[in-house]
Amino acid sequence: MNIKKTSLYQLHQENSAKFVEFAGYQMPIQYSEGIVEEHKFTRNHSGIFDVSHMGQLFIYGDENLIKDLEKIFPLDLKNLKLNHSKYSFLMDKDAGIHDDLIITKIYQGFLIILNAACKDNDFKILKELLEEKYKMVLDENRSLIAIQGPKSSQILNDIIDGVKDLNFMSGNWFSFQDHKVYITRSGYTGEDGFEISIPNDFVDKLTRELINKGSKLIGLGARDTLRLEAGLCLYGHDLNKDKTPVEANLKWAISKERISKGDFIGSDIIIKQLNNGVSKIRVGIKPEGRIIAREKTKIFNQSDVHIGEITSGTFGPSVNGPVAMGYIENEFSKKDTKVFLEVRGKKHPANICGLPFYKKSYVKGATK
Amino acid sequence: MSEVKYSKEHEWIKLEGDVATIGITKHATEMLGDIVFAELPEKGSNVEKDGTAGVVESTKAASDVYTPVSGEVVDTNQAIVDDPSKINQDPEDSAWFFKLKIKDQSEMDTLMNKDDYDKFAKETSV
Repeated sequence: MNIKKTSLYQLHQENSAKFVEFAGYQMPIQYSEGIVEEHKFTRNHSGIFDVSHMGQLFIYGDENLIKDLEKIFPLDLKNLKLNHSKYSFLMDKDAGIHDDLIITKIYQGFLIILNAACKDNDFKILKELLEEKYKMVLDENRSLIAIQGPKSSQILNDIIDGVKDLNFMSGNWFSFQDHKVYITRSGYTGEDGFEISIPNDFVDKLTRELINKGSKLIGLGARDTLRLEAGLCLYGHDLNKDKTPVEANLKWAISKERISKGDFIGSDIIIKQLNNGVSKIRVGIKPEGRIIAREKTKIFNQSDVHIGEITSGTFGPSVNGPVAMGYIENEFSKKDTKVFLEVRGKKHPANICGLPFYKKSYVKGATK
Repeated sequence: MSEVKYSKEHEWIKLEGDVATIGITKHATEMLGDIVFAELPEKGSNVEKDGTAGVVESTKAASDVYTPVSGEVVDTNQAIVDDPSKINQDPEDSAWFFKLKIKDQSEMDTLMNKDDYDKFAKETSV
């Protein structure tokens, strides 16, 4: 199979990127300074992430499209304002998660950002569910970059005037040297920031300008430590088809109004789980020492009974210690419950904790 | 002056009398990236040539540390357990891992000298 490259590949090379194959793409895992420095630079200054491997799905249609999409997503889409975004999921009939995504209402349709490894399958599923009634474009001609961290708003605004007035989880069309770019105030690091959808031919130019203004390229390695500290899920690890949004502790993302009607794919299971509870649930887990409990680490209770499994675990550079999340039997999910993590044959104490590990600093209102 | 020798698993070993000081090479730290966790063998335990004698973890993954010679662990470097970033900063000196009272001096002969190791490291790096 041919490994794909993003339009920023050359720029990554110029910045001494180490590459890994991810979802069929050659992606930078880190640059010369390394994951810890890149992580801290994002938290303290501003980092640029090439996320062009993710899917940008544009769907166009009228009120019927809204109705049809509400049969798929557990969102109150008819009341979603123009240029506003919501976090959601594509589920199967058992409420298992095919993908997690961000959906934004745009003029005459929606823009859905999909995970790279899922996008082709998502496209197929959605095309079938929507019975090919609407124009759907999984746009390969646009790149996607994220700029994240406290200095990002000023840096981006110096190049594209007006972006600093965007509210969190909302977006708009802007222009970069006469080219249309769609920018949302969002991201996946726990920091204030933006995601920029831009034609492939101009992403290199914009990224170089952002670097000139003081931002730096950040690899997927730091993206993972940043999102984990922020308590955010990674599809294929913390989320998959065997887990529901309720089990994933993401019920906040399900519209209450839609639950009362219950007419979306997976709603039977969601409603049942909301009423009766779930047997396993996603929690934050903080090891007591420095031991790092990675994905698939088994979790035990005080009586040495196997009660769960880690789905993501690493060292959190801003927390300056190990952080993890995983699924655990519901009765052990209370904050401060002591558990044991089996790493290399030894059991190490840890505590269930609230998420995020690192306090979010999203900008709620626009800064003038 | 004692000669420093190197293993194919990217450990260095410096012998003084019958006590060997062992750590991981600069090349190893560059391949691993930021080291954020280190686990050392217990003092008083015996380790066998080419057996595991510790673990280092980067943000990305865990890797075993092997001992290039057999012996009894007579000292370990707590400083690198408390602050694993020291291993990236000074891997071939102050960030040593453990000291062994070695059993069989001839095991040293199977290891590489600096020139051979540098060549080996260059050939095996990706």
